[in-house]
Amino acid sequence: MIGLQHYLTISAMLFVLSIAGIVINRRNLILLLMCIELMLLAVNFNFIAFSRHLGDDTGQVFVFFILTVAAAEAAIGLAILVVLFRNRRSINVQELNTMKG
Amino acid sequence: MYNYYLAIVLAPLAAAIVAGLFGSTIGRAGAHWITIVAVGVSCALSLLVLNNMFWGGYESENISVYTWAVTDGLRMEVGFLVDRLTALMMAVVTFVSLMVHVYTIGYMHDDPGYQRFFSYISLFTFSMLMLVMSNNFLQLFFGWEAVGLMSYLLIGFWFKRESAIFANLKAFLVNRVGDFGFILGIAGVVMFTGSLDYAEVFASADSVAAQNIEVFSGSPWNAMTLVCILLFIGAMGKSAQAPLHVWLPDSMAGPTPISALIHAATMVTAGIFMVARMSPLFELSETALAVVIVIGAITAFFTGLLGIVQNDIKRVIAYSTLSQLGYMTVALGASAYGAAIFHLMTHAFFKALLFLAAGSVIIALHHEQDIRKMGGLRKYMPITYWTALIGSLALIGFPGSSGFFSKDLLIEAVRESHWHGQGAVYWIAYLSVLLGVFVTALYSFRMFFLVFHGEERMDAETRSHVHETSAVVTVPLILLAIPSAAIGWFTVQDVLFDNYFGDSIVVNSAHDVLGHMGEAFHGSMALFLHSVQTPVFWLAAAGAFTAWFLYLKRPDIPATIKDRVSGLYNLLDRKYYMDDLYIKGFAAGGRSIGNMLWHVGDEVVIDGLIVNGTANTIGKLAGVMRQIQTGYLYTYAFAMIIGLTMLLSWLIWFR
Repeated sequence: MIGLQHYLTISAMLFVLSIAGIVINRRNLILLLMCIELMLLAVNFNFIAFSRHLGDDTGQVFVFFILTVAAAEAAIGLAILVVLFRNRRSINVQELNTMKG
Repeated sequence: MYNYYLAIVLAPLAAAIVAGLFGSTIGRAGAHWITIVAVGVSCALSLLVLNNMFWGGYESENISVYTWAVTDGLRMEVGFLVDRLTALMMAVVTFVSLMVHVYTIGYMHDDPGYQRFFSYISLFTFSMLMLVMSNNFLQLFFGWEAVGLMSYLLIGFWFKRESAIFANLKAFLVNRVGDFGFILGIAGVVMFTGSLDYAEVFASADSVAAQNIEVFSGSPWNAMTLVCILLFIGAMGKSAQAPLHVWLPDSMAGPTPISALIHAATMVTAGIFMVARMSPLFELSETALAVVIVIGAITAFFTGLLGIVQNDIKRVIAYSTLSQLGYMTVALGASAYGAAIFHLMTHAFFKALLFLAAGSVIIALHHEQDIRKMGGLRKYMPITYWTALIGSLALIGFPGSSGFFSKDLLIEAVRESHWHGQGAVYWIAYLSVLLGVFVTALYSFRMFFLVFHGEERMDAETRSHVHETSAVVTVPLILLAIPSAAIGWFTVQDVLFDNYFGDSIVVNSAHDVLGHMGEAFHGSMALFLHSVQTPVFWLAAAGAFTAWFLYLKRPDIPATIKDRVSGLYNLLDRKYYMDDLYIKGFAAGGRSIGNMLWHVGDEVVIDGLIVNGTANTIGKLAGVMRQIQTGYLYTYAFAMIIGLTMLLSWLIWFR
């Protein structure tokens, strides 16, 4: 029987994977955006799991919101990425350190 | 009389303002005429006031002229207290000042600062009159500081000379030490009586004497003793008593008329006058009187010794002034205030005379002041010679001269007092004044013989030009010689014994030596005839004879003595190393403390540690902190995640 803890475990694994993706990945900004998407999906997973477990549909409504926002955010993120690439001819994360103190 | 008093004070002030501010407009003659007329008016009116007090039987007057401020019940006023003591001082001050004004015409003849000089001495006369005529402590302090300021300006009159600048700064600083005590004394008066007015303060003197104050915890002092000693410290500064005497000899760097006016006749007597004026307070504290008499005795004897080894004609007279001021202070300490004021008066005449005579010699020798380069001036300068002789005889107390009456009776008063049974104090005071007579005679006549007798040691060039000085110089000499010679005869009985001072000087009946002496006094002629039986006469004669023997008969002996006792000679020549102590000790010490505070306190602690230190610390801290700011997105993200994890862990496990 697949219970709440299995869903939560998968969600946590997804989340940790995406964190690892952000931290370990040092080359591609697109990968970073994808990892953020993955993080949101992990959160969505939690919402749905709890929604079902508690028998409350509000969580599932939230998932729709998050998906919408995530789509918008991905569009903006990719747009910034394009501008960035035009300016610097590179999307290498290692080179984006103008905020270094 | 009110208008007279105002005129006496304000005439010199107005003249000083005109001569000082419009000096170039009115010219040199204008400057000396306006100041001389003003001081002459002042002098004439002062003599009139004195006459009224002395023979006219006028009562003393206490007038408030102007209320400057009232704060918390403390009235700060300008006012005049004119009683017999004041009247005498006013007459002495204005008379000597007038003589000096006239004399200055000759002495400063070709000086470019002619108008400025007249302005200063007139302003000085104003300040001194404010001091002596005051009826309250605040005005006294004003006059006190004003004469100090004028002294500073006049000592440094030739402000291009290094030595004058040094001397005026020294005089000012040493006077500050005294004035610090003085203002503390005034503060004490205000604290204990709540008033600045003489009359009110004297009225509540008994209640002050009944109080104690703990200066250092555990040692209660009588309030009156404390106040009197503090006031006397002020007098020590102004009247140049040891150990604050060091400024006076150096002040000879100023022009000679100033030495006569300020450093012999008037300003330096301010301290003596002040103590006499405060007699109702000093009489209530025997401890303070003991301090006064011991300081005076030390000054009288030891500064006299210094006069023997000096070679600058003005410095010899300066040390004699110190010594005579010591005599006056001794008289104050013996409660013989009348004798102190009487000696002050005679001294003002003969010391001004001596200084002006010295100035006359200096003019004749083209500003040569070293007595080793003088000699034999008697036949070139007869008027100066005779007036200087009168001055010197008065100074050593030759029977019949004014100095004889004042000094002889002063010493008699000290002997008579027996200092209230205190053996040690009595012997210090009495022996000092007695031996001081010998020393006085020795240095006075050493100078006199070296200047006017013996071989002519100036160079041929100077000798060919030596002649008697002009009338503006000799007339003041003659006018001062008359009182120096004769004033003692007909004033001694009145001033000392006939209760001349009335209630302006208060003497505790147990201390009343002058009253005691008055019973045995049979007129000045009897005193004169009696003089050959006193040790004072013989000591003075011995001193004069020693000077004659050493400097005229056998001029080779002084050099031999100097070699034999070179240690003692050096001690005297270096003025007991007091100047070294002050300059290398206190002054250099103060400077090194200042330097230390500058380098360590300011540069290291404040600038280094506090101001720049804060900035540097923050800079360094920031330098460390910025290492965290890598600029990489993943570092920030990782930091956020770590933070979030820690926060969550804390919420889960520790809440």
